[in-house]
Amino acid sequence: MSRNGPLALVFHALFMIFLLAPVVVVCVVAFTPEGFLSLPTNGLSLRWFKAIANYPEFVTAFRDSLWLAALSSCLAIGLAVPAALAVARHRFPGRDALSAFILSPLMIPHVVLGVAFLRFFTQIGLGGGMFGLVLAHTVIVLPFAFRLTLASATGFDRTLEQAAISLGASDATLFRRITLPLILPGVVSGFVLAFINSFDEVTMTVFIATPGATTLPVRMFLYIQDNIDPLVTSISAAVIAITIIALMLIEWLYGLERLLVGRHGGRE
Amino acid sequence: MTMAVTAPAATDEPGSGNPNRSWGVLAMVAPALALLVGVVLVPLAMTALLSFYRFGQYTGIETVIVLDNWADLASDPYFAEMFLRTFRIAGLVTLAACLIGAPEAYILHRMASPWKGIFLVVTLGPLLISVVARTLGWALLFGGANGVVNRVLLDMSLISAPLPFMFTETGVIVALTHVLVPFMVLSVWAVLQRLDRQVENAAVSLGAGQATILRRIVLPQVLPGVLSGAIIVFALAASAFATPAIIGGRRLKVASTLAYDEFLNTLNWPLGAAVAILLLVAIAAIVVGCNWLVERRYAEAFQ
Repeated sequence: MSRNGPLALVFHALFMIFLLAPVVVVCVVAFTPEGFLSLPTNGLSLRWFKAIANYPEFVTAFRDSLWLAALSSCLAIGLAVPAALAVARHRFPGRDALSAFILSPLMIPHVVLGVAFLRFFTQIGLGGGMFGLVLAHTVIVLPFAFRLTLASATGFDRTLEQAAISLGASDATLFRRITLPLILPGVVSGFVLAFINSFDEVTMTVFIATPGATTLPVRMFLYIQDNIDPLVTSISAAVIAITIIALMLIEWLYGLERLLVGRHGGRE
Repeated sequence: MTMAVTAPAATDEPGSGNPNRSWGVLAMVAPALALLVGVVLVPLAMTALLSFYRFGQYTGIETVIVLDNWADLASDPYFAEMFLRTFRIAGLVTLAACLIGAPEAYILHRMASPWKGIFLVVTLGPLLISVVARTLGWALLFGGANGVVNRVLLDMSLISAPLPFMFTETGVIVALTHVLVPFMVLSVWAVLQRLDRQVENAAVSLGAGQATILRRIVLPQVLPGVLSGAIIVFALAASAFATPAIIGGRRLKVASTLAYDEFLNTLNWPLGAAVAILLLVAIAAIVVGCNWLVERRYAEAFQ
């Protein structure tokens, strides 16, 4: 195992500082006891975390964001699993094109999708509701659900299914007892990645969100556009803390590298 | 996370083209297909059409096909400057991400076991943290003349006067590099995982120095990863919204923040639609062009 030289380690340390500094500064400033943005030099205080409770619009947006992420990820998984199974095991005309098409929302800038959804939902009378948000989020997280399910559906041993069929298993039993357990790691990781991407999405959502149906990142973004105060840092710090807990769970249960790089290490 | 999955070889037995199965396949893919056609293709087509409608200050959107918006975009130097700024920022962010992301991926790759995993998670973790929260961090760090960044730079006497970061291109570039550099690390990391260590060992045994190995062995092999990372970072930087909106403010507009203003403030939807479609086409052209160049370059190498 070749080791990194001192120069490489200095570079690494600077890179880590660059990467972590903005996250750390948000979390530190959130504990300020002062009424304005400042580093907490005179002791730590939870006053700005307690203040979140006085802004019900943030609490509501947080709850709605969780619902939105859960609903759209479930829908995306429901659409992605059959499509991924079809692509993984059947040969049919336009199979590669279909894969590329299902992955295509990844390639379209979210600002363009936001514009397109706003126009579309306004025209068909779906503007400003939770339903439109769920539909839009399902579209943008579908590629994540599809990609990870496809990865797990291609690799596994078909003889297990053939054995089940030869033993007289029905289609439903086959799927429930054999196929689903085998592709479950891919389905779960697809769901997790879809959930996180929906929960964090701001660029597309800011176009179609309305005061009545909005998400936490959009609320935070609009608030920051007007002014930056300790309240929004404490909300951000809470979001960061929740994300880090989720991240540690993923790393512990599944492996972050596997989630982002893919089981086979290749991403082409 | 822009990438294409090449569909793997299917496992059908040859000649098993029975009609029942065809209907089965269709039923499996139809829901996803219907959603994408109905909620992506149709809205995109409607947006493209919208960009040809006329907008009047008092009349609103008129459903007549005119080239006014496109002529405005083509002739007004304001829009030319803004698109130029968008792609200048994206280009510099891509360059910065290459320069710091690729070496960091290599350093991570060479780390010993427990650290390797820990720092990989630390590097990729920010991808999952809200962009708004991360950009807020930069706004706090920059924070005017008394910002942390300026104080550190002044204390180290790297600069003699505070640099303006907020509402400047420099600030947007720094913050966007931070937001997007994990994609570069990820892309180079994926290539490094497939690297055969024996080639490096062979070079060492043949007496190559560290610098020669890096230049002659590692760099040529990771270059495809750097290039595909660069394409991802560029596409995301050119269409980034939250970071330029927060750090750049209302004055320093880029294409995506302009589209937002036209849609939600000025309410000139046809012009906003034209800006969005132009951005989409420009990014697609650059990405497809780069992909083509990269593939051609490497197709030649393998002949």
